[in-house]
Amino acid sequence: MKQYFKNTWLGIYTVLVGMKITFKHLFTPAVTIQYPEVKLKLPERERNRLYVNMDDCIGCDQCSRACPVSCIEIETVKSIPGEELGVTSNGKKKALWVTKFNIDFAKCCYCQLCVFPCPTECIYMTDIFEFSEYDRNNLIYKFATLSEEEAKEKKINFEKFTAEKEAQKAAATAKPKEEQKPAS
Amino acid sequence: MYQYFYDLTGNTILATLVVAVFPLVNVLIVALIGVYLERKVSAWIQDRVGPNRTGPFGLFQTVADFVKMLQKEDATAKDIDSKLYNIAPVLVFTGSFAAYAAIPFSSKLIGSEAEVGLFYVIAISSLVVGGILMAGWSSNNKYSLLGAMRSVAQIISYEIPTAIIVLSIVMLTGTLSLDKISNMQTAYFWNWNILGGAEFGITKFLLIPFMVVGFIIIFISTLAEVNRTPFDIPEAESELVAGYFTEYCGMKWAMFMLSEYGNMFAVSAIVSILFFGGYHSPIGYLGNSLGVEWLIPFEQAFWFLAKGWLFILVQMWLRWTLPRLRVDQLMSLCWKYLIPYAFVNLIIIGVISLL
Repeated sequence: MKQYFKNTWLGIYTVLVGMKITFKHLFTPAVTIQYPEVKLKLPERERNRLYVNMDDCIGCDQCSRACPVSCIEIETVKSIPGEELGVTSNGKKKALWVTKFNIDFAKCCYCQLCVFPCPTECIYMTDIFEFSEYDRNNLIYKFATLSEEEAKEKKINFEKFTAEKEAQKAAATAKPKEEQKPAS
Repeated sequence: MYQYFYDLTGNTILATLVVAVFPLVNVLIVALIGVYLERKVSAWIQDRVGPNRTGPFGLFQTVADFVKMLQKEDATAKDIDSKLYNIAPVLVFTGSFAAYAAIPFSSKLIGSEAEVGLFYVIAISSLVVGGILMAGWSSNNKYSLLGAMRSVAQIISYEIPTAIIVLSIVMLTGTLSLDKISNMQTAYFWNWNILGGAEFGITKFLLIPFMVVGFIIIFISTLAEVNRTPFDIPEAESELVAGYFTEYCGMKWAMFMLSEYGNMFAVSAIVSILFFGGYHSPIGYLGNSLGVEWLIPFEQAFWFLAKGWLFILVQMWLRWTLPRLRVDQLMSLCWKYLIPYAFVNLIIIGVISLL
């Protein structure tokens, strides 16, 4: 019988204790962060979308080779003498036209391995992480600053240049023969 | 109320329509605001924000839900008993809605001034049990059937303590009319039944502790009757999917939800009529002190709705505080605790009211 009343009291008392706790929580401000409007500060070394500063890129292809999933695609064309490509911000001379610099973020695993080998520190992580797309092809980011026509032009220039050089070389090697020819 | 509108319009059809439509509108509003408040209160208690995207403060969340529900395809399982399946939601809703016929919203807004209002409300709300069992059985689904069986066992068990407490109030007041019970607790809040009723004297102070016990018992048992947490084992989400309405969708499901919120308000109204003065103001009327007669019914409606909503809020508060009871705990709470206490309470109140 004593146990019975004890149970009754315990039942009522514990419910009241619980109600007191929930009542307190009714007035505590929400801990929710309303994401699109309010954003938390990201940690200092967060790894998000890559960015390539093409002014500094020398087209060395080291990032592409470091990439474990081969998501970076680089094509370069050698410059010909007389073309001034400028210098990078840390004083390196650029010698290659970067005609193609594509990063496929659908493949990218955000490992940051491409960032470390870069000699000019031109590829780095940004704080942008909201770039979802409906089409997978839209995730291929093209960083090359040269337009397609320009790239073609550079290619043709280089081919012309190499052809000229070949011709000169051929001419240089052929000259002695030519000199011999009339003699014979 | 019928007479009032008949005098006002002189048209029987119009008067009947107004009288019938008013409680329906009330049920719809209760469901509309109730669902929103349920989400907001649960969110606040859990330190969240709750719906806040649809309209200002998320006020149109329920409207959006309702529109979604209207558009839903009425998908039904293959092996259901379609006749019972289709009748069940209507019956459940009828049961909870019919109770409103006798509930006095104010001295002018009463559907029926029947002398046996209290008896009628308790009897008609038992119709819900039939609907629930129908829904569970016809769905041909083990979860539905289990939920329905549990619900029936629970509602029938918990009707006993409710009836006993109602009986003790009836003994004290000597009437079954909800309007008369409310009118006995008129004027100020110390005339409420929970504070010993209107009669002043030694019996009033003797009654107070037993009235409080009676209030606690009837509150717990009505909570169980409307299948709210902590007594929600019939629709226990974590074990029975959704209980007896697992197989329902779209508007038929909405009927169950509507009846749940309708029931919540109905039992809150009954508790407030029995113990908290019904539609009477606790602090006197503005209409009386200003000398504006017509204002009083509106004030009474305000106080009645306020009391009803207060109890709904307490029900929500309890829902997000307590975990669900096990089936055996549920039965032991009813049969071993509530019913003995209610009986003792009944006897003591009877003896005191004889004094």
